[in-house]
Amino acid sequence: MADGSIGLWTVPLAVLGGAIRVSTPFLFVSLGECITERSGRINLGLEGTLVMGAMSAYGISYLTGSPWLGVLAAGITGALLGALHAGICSLPRVNDIAVGIALMLFGTGLAFYLGKPLIEPTAPRLPAIDFGWWSDVPQVRAALRVNVLFLIGVALAPILYWAFRTTRWGLLIRTAGESSDAARAMGHSVLLIRLRATMVGGFLAGIGGSFLSLFYPGSWNEGLSSGQGITAVALVIFARWDPLLCLWASLAFGGAAALGPALQSVGVTSGYHLFNAAPYILTLAIMIITCSPKRTLTGAPAELSITR
Amino acid sequence: MTTEAADSTEAVGTIAPAAEPGFLQRHGATIEYILIPGAALAGALVAFGIFVAMFGKNPLDLYFYMYYGAFGTWFSWQNTLTRAAPLILTALCTALPAQLGMVIIGGEGALVIGALSATSAALALQGMPPLVVQIAMVIAGVIGGGLWIMLSGALRQYRGVNETISSLLLVYIALAILNHLVEGVMRDPASLNKPSTREIGAANMIGTIPGTDVHWGLVFGLIAAIAAYILIYRTVFGFAARVAGGNIRAAKIVGLNVSKLILAICFLAGGAAGLAGMVEVAAVQGRTNANLAAGYGFTGILVAFLARQNPLAIIPVAILLGGISASGGLLQRRLGLPDASVLVLQGIIFVFVLASDALYGRIGFLKGRS
Repeated sequence: MADGSIGLWTVPLAVLGGAIRVSTPFLFVSLGECITERSGRINLGLEGTLVMGAMSAYGISYLTGSPWLGVLAAGITGALLGALHAGICSLPRVNDIAVGIALMLFGTGLAFYLGKPLIEPTAPRLPAIDFGWWSDVPQVRAALRVNVLFLIGVALAPILYWAFRTTRWGLLIRTAGESSDAARAMGHSVLLIRLRATMVGGFLAGIGGSFLSLFYPGSWNEGLSSGQGITAVALVIFARWDPLLCLWASLAFGGAAALGPALQSVGVTSGYHLFNAAPYILTLAIMIITCSPKRTLTGAPAELSITR
Repeated sequence: MTTEAADSTEAVGTIAPAAEPGFLQRHGATIEYILIPGAALAGALVAFGIFVAMFGKNPLDLYFYMYYGAFGTWFSWQNTLTRAAPLILTALCTALPAQLGMVIIGGEGALVIGALSATSAALALQGMPPLVVQIAMVIAGVIGGGLWIMLSGALRQYRGVNETISSLLLVYIALAILNHLVEGVMRDPASLNKPSTREIGAANMIGTIPGTDVHWGLVFGLIAAIAAYILIYRTVFGFAARVAGGNIRAAKIVGLNVSKLILAICFLAGGAAGLAGMVEVAAVQGRTNANLAAGYGFTGILVAFLARQNPLAIIPVAILLGGISASGGLLQRRLGLPDASVLVLQGIIFVFVLASDALYGRIGFLKGRS
C-alpha cells in the first residue's frame, strides 16, 4: 500500500506510528510491573493478565456496548489476578517467580476458554483522537491517530515518578522493596503493601490488555499477545525501575515491533518473521549490555528475588 | 482446599503408627513428597469441577470422561503415553537447571530448535542408511536444543541476565526462526497451506514399540529421565551441582567450577528438550512446521514443578499430564468444552501445587517426636 509520493518515508512513519500505537500495552504493563517490583516482588504472570484483560475488555464492550466499561473490566480482572498472585506469594516458602509462571499459564488458558465465543462477534472499539488532521498524506494521518489510553499512559509515567519520590504511598512501597524489616519496624504489614502494589500492577496490565483487543490490533483472538507481557517485565529491569525510563523504553519497543509490518508494507517481505521478533531480540540485547554479573543493578529494589 | 485434604490425612495418620511405630516419621519427607502434591492435584480437580459446573456441565461426567480419555482404554493409554514422551523430556529442561537453583522456562524454544536441527540433519543425509540418519538426528537435536538453553545459562553466568526471562524471550525468537525457515529456505514448495520443510522420509522415521502405537520416543524419555536421576543423585558431578544449587558461595570456596557446572547442566537440559523436538519430527510429524510448537515445552514446566524437580518423579507426572491432555479431545466432543479447558486445568493445578509448598514440614503426624 506504499504511496508513491512518499516512497520509503513510509517506513520511518510507520515506525513512528507504531511507537505510539504498539507501545501502549508495553507502557501500561511496564508501569504496573514497576510498582509491583518496587514493592519487592516480581510478577511474571502479567503476560496472562494482559491476555485476560484483552479478553474481558472485549467481552464487556460487546455485552454493554461501552468500550470504556470494557477497559474498567479489564483493569478489575487484572487487579483480581494480581490479588491471586499476592495471596499465594504471601504463603510461607512460596517462590514468586514460579507463581508468576503458573499465573501466566492460568491467565492465558482461562482467557482462551472464556473467550471462545468472542472470536466471531465485533465489539465497539475505543475512539481515537486525530492529531494528523493537518496533513494530506494518509500515512501521516494513520500514524497520528492516537488513542486516549496512550495519553493516559504517557501522563501516568511522570505522575508515578513523582509519587514514588514524594508521596507517603510511594515511600511505603519503596521501603517494602528495599527492606521489609524496616517497613515492619515502622509498623506496616509488608504483605499488605505488596498485595496492594501487585493489585495496582495487575490493574494497569489489564488495561494494557484492553488496548490490544479494543484499539490495536482491535479484535479478540488467541494469537493477540505473543510475549508483550513478558517483554514488558524485562523492560522494567533495564529501565532501572524508573517510570520515566519505562516510558522511553516502551516507545522504543513499540517502534521495534512496528518495523516488521512497516517493511512489509514497502515490499520487503523476506525477513518478515525475523523483524517481528525484533522486540525480543532488542530486549535480550539490551539486557546483555546493561546487566552485569559483578554488581547489583543500580536502582534495583534490594528485596527483589530476581536481582539477588 | 489443600488444608482440608491435609486434615483428612491426619485422621489416617493417627491409626497407622500403631501398626508400625515410627514408620511415618522415618519416611516423613518421602510421604510428604507424595501426599502434598497429591492433595494439591485433588484440590485442583475439585476446583476445576466447580469451574465447569458454573458453565452448567456435570463435574462427575467431567471426571469420568477425563479418566476414560486418559486411562480408560488401551487406545487412550497409548494416546496418553505418546503425549507423555515429549513431556518427560521438556520437563527435564526445567528440572535439571533447578538443581542449580535456576528457573528455566524455555523448553518450548529448545524443542523447536532441536526439531529444526534434527530435520536439517535428516535432509542433509538423505540416501544414507536409516540408522545413520536417525543417530545424526538425535545428535543434531540434542546439540541444537542444548546450545539454545546453554545460551541462557551463559548469559546468566557471564552477564548476570536473569535466566527465566532470557529463556522465555528465546522461545519467541526460536518460533520466529522456525517460521522464517519453513516459509523461506527450508520450505517444501509442495506444502501450500501449511508451510513445512520437506519430509524426512518414511524409512527414517523411528517407528513404534512393537505391539503398540506408542513410538520409541517414550523409551528415549524414560532413558533420559533415569540417566538424569543417576547423574544428579549418584555421581560426583550431580553432587557438585546440588552443592552449587544449595549454596553458591560454599561451592566456590570448595573450588567447584560453577561456570562449567551451569553451562553443562543447561546444555543437558536443552539437549533433553531438543531431543523432544527430534522425537516429534521423527516419530509424529515427519517434517518440521508450526505444529511443533504445541505447548509441550510449557506443560513440561508444570510437570517439573509437580514432580518437585525430581527426574524420576517426572515419569509418572508426565504420564498423568499426558493423560489430561489426551482426554481434551473427548471433553470437547462429549461435553462441548472448549479445547482451552486443558490449559485452564493445567493452570489451576500449577497454582495449587505452588500454594501447597507452604505445607511442607507442617503436617503434624509426620514430624519426628524427639
